Amino acid sequence: MAVAAPEVAESRGPSSRARGGSGGPRYPGWLALPAVFWYLLFFLGPLGIMASYSFGEISGFSDVKFAWNLENYRYLFDGPLYTDVFKKTLVMATFGTLATLVIGFPFAYYLARHAKHKTLLLLLVIVPFWTSFLIRTYSFLIILDPEFPVSRALRPLGFPEKFELLYTQKAIYIGVVYNYLPLMVLPLYAALERMDWSLVDAAQDLGDSGLRAFRRITLPLVIPGVLAGSLLVFIPLTGEFLIPEILGGGKTLFAGNLIAQQFLEARDWPFGSAIAMVVVGSLTVALLIYARAVGRQEQYG
Amino acid sequence: MGRRLLGAHAVLVYAFLYAPIVVVVALAFNGGRQVLYWEGFSTRWFGEALRDDTITEPLRTSVIIGLGNAVIACLLGTMLALALARMRAWVRVPIDALAYMTLVTPEIVFGISALIFFVQAGLWVGVESPLGIWTILIAHVVFNASVVALIVRARFVGMGQALEEAAYDLGSGPLSTFRQVTLPRLAPAILAGGLLAFTFSFDDFITSFFVSGAGTTTLPLRIFSSLRFGISPAINATAAMILGLTLLAIVVAYVVLRRSDDGRQGTVIVHQV
Repeated sequence: MAVAAPEVAESRGPSSRARGGSGGPRYPGWLALPAVFWYLLFFLGPLGIMASYSFGEISGFSDVKFAWNLENYRYLFDGPLYTDVFKKTLVMATFGTLATLVIGFPFAYYLARHAKHKTLLLLLVIVPFWTSFLIRTYSFLIILDPEFPVSRALRPLGFPEKFELLYTQKAIYIGVVYNYLPLMVLPLYAALERMDWSLVDAAQDLGDSGLRAFRRITLPLVIPGVLAGSLLVFIPLTGEFLIPEILGGGKTLFAGNLIAQQFLEARDWPFGSAIAMVVVGSLTVALLIYARAVGRQEQYG
Repeated sequence: MGRRLLGAHAVLVYAFLYAPIVVVVALAFNGGRQVLYWEGFSTRWFGEALRDDTITEPLRTSVIIGLGNAVIACLLGTMLALALARMRAWVRVPIDALAYMTLVTPEIVFGISALIFFVQAGLWVGVESPLGIWTILIAHVVFNASVVALIVRARFVGMGQALEEAAYDLGSGPLSTFRQVTLPRLAPAILAGGLLAFTFSFDDFITSFFVSGAGTTTLPLRIFSSLRFGISPAINATAAMILGLTLLAIVVAYVVLRRSDDGRQGTVIVHQV
């Protein structure tokens, strides 16, 4: 449930910089303590324990012995069994990112440039996104069923009577695109909304073709939005677990399913922790690349 | 691309976004026993769902967790937002990073690490099975405190300090300035943050899935486990009620924020969360 765009922190406006002087109240720093305590104890602490588990080993039925060895990681990258899962996860996350970009970009472009009632339309994108992920996903069990009433009604028009979509890779991909589309649209819209369209008009007046104006003016200005959206989609997708579980019938394993399996069925927590660490590690790398890319954008953009 | 074409694409995208919601809600009113075959309009499944203990009990659990989570998240998040607003960068940046981490970490990673932590902590203090309603509540507060902090802080920074400065100049102390000037102005943001925190907790599946233990079931967990036996009209009715409740909470949150600030804040929340 990643909900935040990464570029949120600094708020604008002159008032935020107006410190010192007579000033209003300055709230004491200790007010942050309860939340920081909560984060440290229930978030960072658990992540640390998970990290140390990943170097441990299982003893007896499900007890964990801290061993400080790399056995779990070696096992993970030993042979195609698990590396295939990572490859498949990577393919799925990349597909999800590209597909939401292809569908989301023209949509965000339309909202930002042509639509009236922008705020309302944007809200209409977010509202489903904030309602139950689980319900919206299981609804596709109904929609993709060959006996779905709409599909049955379309049969006289040549709609196939039988088709195998449910519990296949395709069903998972449909669910992925559906659930992650808003995460791509929001940052794209935020970037496009800041555009000065008169620049595009001017370029076209001065003889640029529409496509050329788009490439030379619009595109460079929205790249930060594209990067942010890609990150917002890609990161949670690497750990996606529910969509394959429901729409794939639990047959298709991605990294997220593998982690869940180790914790709930195999009861090999150290191994499950190692998989989670690999996911977190790759995400950190992706984030660092992103940070560099954005930094470069700001330098030259 | 032509403007018309873009418009048509947008319509299709909206249809795509709303189709699953419409389908579940519409089929919840199906009078028949079979989900996929329409047998006339009826509200009977809502009644059946509300008479089913295996649905109402998880509903109660979810509401209790959601409310407790919202209250704690509002307290922690608001205090955090106020403290961060004027903190020195070297303290603020790491705390900020921590808060964002709670929002961007894949939920499954957080879920399993919380599970390990609670079981391990249970071993240390000698509680055999620590998992249950409390562990779900504690885990939900982690990311919801960040959600509230985000919204309250945007409001706090955006509204400026002119009124607070005026109150100071007129001799009001820090506490009474907070109570009489700042808090009322922040109230809409806190309320909206609380409503969203409730929604996110009420809808949460993955975190609850890992830290709930054997004896505790929230409503999303109940729905998930019933999917194994196929979707029933009663489950659709339950889902429709959940959707109704969360949609209501979201709309109220939006309206509260929008009215409090001529709509500017409403767009802020749209952009930020």
